[in-house]
Amino acid sequence: MREGIRLVPRGNPSRLWTYASPVLAVVLTIVVSGVMFLAMGKPPATAVYTFLVAPLVQTGGLSALAVKAAPLIMMGAGLALCYRASVWNIGCEGQFTVGAIFAGGLALGLPDLPAPILYPAVMVAGVVGGAATAALTAWLRTSLNVNEILSSLMATYVAQYLLIWLVTGPWKDPRGFGFPQTAMFSDGATTPTLIPGTGVHLGCLVAPLAAIAVWALMSRSTLGFQLRVVGEAPRAARFAGFSERRLIWVAMLVSGGLAGLAGMFEVTGPIGQLTTEISPGYGFTAVIVAFLGRLHPIGAIFAGLLLALSYLGGDAAQIDLGLPNAVTGIFQGVLLFLLLACDILINFRVRLPARRSETAEAA
Amino acid sequence: MLDRMAADHDLTLSLRGVTKQYPGCLANDRVDLTVGGAEIHALLGENGAGKSTLVKIIYGVVRPDAGDIVWRGEKVTVENPAHARRLGIGMVFQHFSLFESLTVAENIALAINDRAERVNLRERIVETSREYGLPLNPDRTVHDLSVGERQRIEIVRCLLQKPKLLIMDEPTSVLTPQEAETLFTTLRRLAKEGCSILYISHKLEEIRALCEAATIMRLGRVVAHCDPRQKSAKELAELMIAAELEPQQRSRRVVDDAAPPRLAVDRLTVASPNPFGADLKEVAFTVAPGEILGIAGIAGNGQNELMDALSGEIPAGKPETIRLDGVAVGHMGPRERRAIGGCFVPEERNGHGAVGPMTLSDNAFLTAVARKPLSSFGFVRRARVLEFAREVIKGFDVRTTGPRAQARSLSGGNLQKFLVGREIMQAPSTLVINQPTWGVDAGAAAAIHRALAEMAVNGAAVVIISQDLDEIFLVCDRIAVIAGGRLSPPIPVAEATIEQIGLVMGGSEHAGEAAHA
Repeated sequence: MREGIRLVPRGNPSRLWTYASPVLAVVLTIVVSGVMFLAMGKPPATAVYTFLVAPLVQTGGLSALAVKAAPLIMMGAGLALCYRASVWNIGCEGQFTVGAIFAGGLALGLPDLPAPILYPAVMVAGVVGGAATAALTAWLRTSLNVNEILSSLMATYVAQYLLIWLVTGPWKDPRGFGFPQTAMFSDGATTPTLIPGTGVHLGCLVAPLAAIAVWALMSRSTLGFQLRVVGEAPRAARFAGFSERRLIWVAMLVSGGLAGLAGMFEVTGPIGQLTTEISPGYGFTAVIVAFLGRLHPIGAIFAGLLLALSYLGGDAAQIDLGLPNAVTGIFQGVLLFLLLACDILINFRVRLPARRSETAEAA
Repeated sequence: MLDRMAADHDLTLSLRGVTKQYPGCLANDRVDLTVGGAEIHALLGENGAGKSTLVKIIYGVVRPDAGDIVWRGEKVTVENPAHARRLGIGMVFQHFSLFESLTVAENIALAINDRAERVNLRERIVETSREYGLPLNPDRTVHDLSVGERQRIEIVRCLLQKPKLLIMDEPTSVLTPQEAETLFTTLRRLAKEGCSILYISHKLEEIRALCEAATIMRLGRVVAHCDPRQKSAKELAELMIAAELEPQQRSRRVVDDAAPPRLAVDRLTVASPNPFGADLKEVAFTVAPGEILGIAGIAGNGQNELMDALSGEIPAGKPETIRLDGVAVGHMGPRERRAIGGCFVPEERNGHGAVGPMTLSDNAFLTAVARKPLSSFGFVRRARVLEFAREVIKGFDVRTTGPRAQARSLSGGNLQKFLVGREIMQAPSTLVINQPTWGVDAGAAAAIHRALAEMAVNGAAVVIISQDLDEIFLVCDRIAVIAGGRLSPPIPVAEATIEQIGLVMGGSEHAGEAAHA
């Protein structure tokens, strides 16, 4: 009997493919990118090299990677926790923005406080800003049963317009020649650089530490256990007496707080002021980071580095090859798409249309 | 049809060497089965013996890996259920496929693919149902109907297609004894008219009463073909589980009403969170130390609502409505109730009592953290949890690779033993268990019954909510019946008869009717 390629359900999910699937997805994404470059009239091998390798080998490449990866890792780890609990926060971009606004507002308002007081206060303001934005979503979900995907996404647009209004209006730098930006933050409100001469700042260290902390919370604490149970089997969580409301609040506040912290590091570190362009979509890319990292906070570290590379590669492709910056977005989109496709292999095996396979199975 | 040999015609259905391999499980291993014309043939076996897979193969739901199906003298490949129906094979599943918000006639129309056959459908439904003694009103909405009535819809739906073979999968598991008797009359009549019936069950007495031939399966294989009328129930059971059964009977005690009750429920009235569920109405009972109370009833009469109200999953209103060892707990959540001494085992294992993709160790922690020192400073004491899971596995003879095995990798019976063990080893003063042996093999069921009896001997109160009357009569001291969300007053099991309990169980149908009028 002739049959096409068939997917046969596995009895148990494959452990191997849980980890092999993202690797396969990355390889396939590189192949697809090569084909895309070819279609745009560029030699594919050179283009892929320019996009994915050149940014790393040039001087300052690794420190640039660390700076781009920091917010992605922080938010990716927070989202891993959130998604494990089946709380679908996709509004990290907005929580990042409000965190930056709170931190920036404090930095602008009290620039002359001594650094040992001001800087920790700015940090806390960032966390509070992100968490407060997430709290709005958590409140809508737990009291009015509003879907968190919609409310967190919509809050993102509100946050972005709030930022634009602030930097073009009340917070605009009077000596900024009319540019939509605030004054530069004072030294006391600036994130310290860890390695002199590079852009590597405190956030690049905090990000992996935050991921490790989230991992410990998820795998070792009773709270993390409750989050996993409510995500996996909400009825079992109710049966065990875990409060779903409380866990939704926890998941939203942790992921929102981490996003706010990431926003705070970004504006007080690499940028140094508030402008209308504080993020190239880190909050949305973090969703890909979380899934590529298998919803595991440690996996988010590796996934965050890879997606940070796609930002650097996009810049390089623009400069060296004259390709549009949209290459980054396409790379990220193709990666997520192929990752979800490859994840089929975790629960299904591919049966090729070989004639002997039937008898082999029956034996 | 070609006029073939008469002998072949008599064999309505014959399976030869049917084999089906699932990942990690050989569900059917070279199964032979022959159903004669106009014969009521029993397919007997424990849960997991491969009966369901076999009938799904006959009905075209599952494709066999090997083997032949011969239907009325011709070798066939049953492509899908629609093909099976065209061949003249009808099937009534254990779990009905009906839309609750549609009427009887609409539900039947949905299953008929041929436009021409829908003409005069209402009249044909009325006619068929009257002819076979299956009263149905085609204009009633399904959610208003009892389970017995819903089953009639499924049967009428099959009969409209004039089947030559009707497959019934565990049909009496949802019926009162009286409803079952009515069903048998219908089936006997159908057989007399020439329709063969393949009757799947693990209830031995009804097979002996109804069937003239039986095929007995164990672990995917046919172990015997016999005439069930010539065998005793004990002989059939031994063929089915391959071990000699020890008669199991615990000495019933007269409940000491003077002792302060462990569990006291007083006028518990709870609206069901499910729109098609049964609201609890003034449920009241007490359970004394050392007593096992059985709550009988047909599925969907408030058992799940009662379970959830007792465990604290749905709020029970005033605190005094439920008391555990004298403490009013009606307002408390499940964890607080556990801390006071109430433990619970719900009906559904995967996703309710246990989290399927998590390990047994995690699942042990799930509820035991409320009563055992398994955490400190907000962190899980993993060594202790593993140790506790190991104790449960050992104490309750759970067949598994160890505490790190995923809960869903266990068979139904083994997971149930683990969940019962998890609660019992927390030494509760009250245990409420919903359908303790549903989908559990006979060996595991006996082990669970023994463990529950032992708990009672040690002074705990046990409540068993079960649809299986035999189970309640076997292990309980007192029995109450839940029907339409109301609970009858508990009476000693020694004074109750199956017929009498059956009548109270059926009361829901009339009670329900009155409520809707």
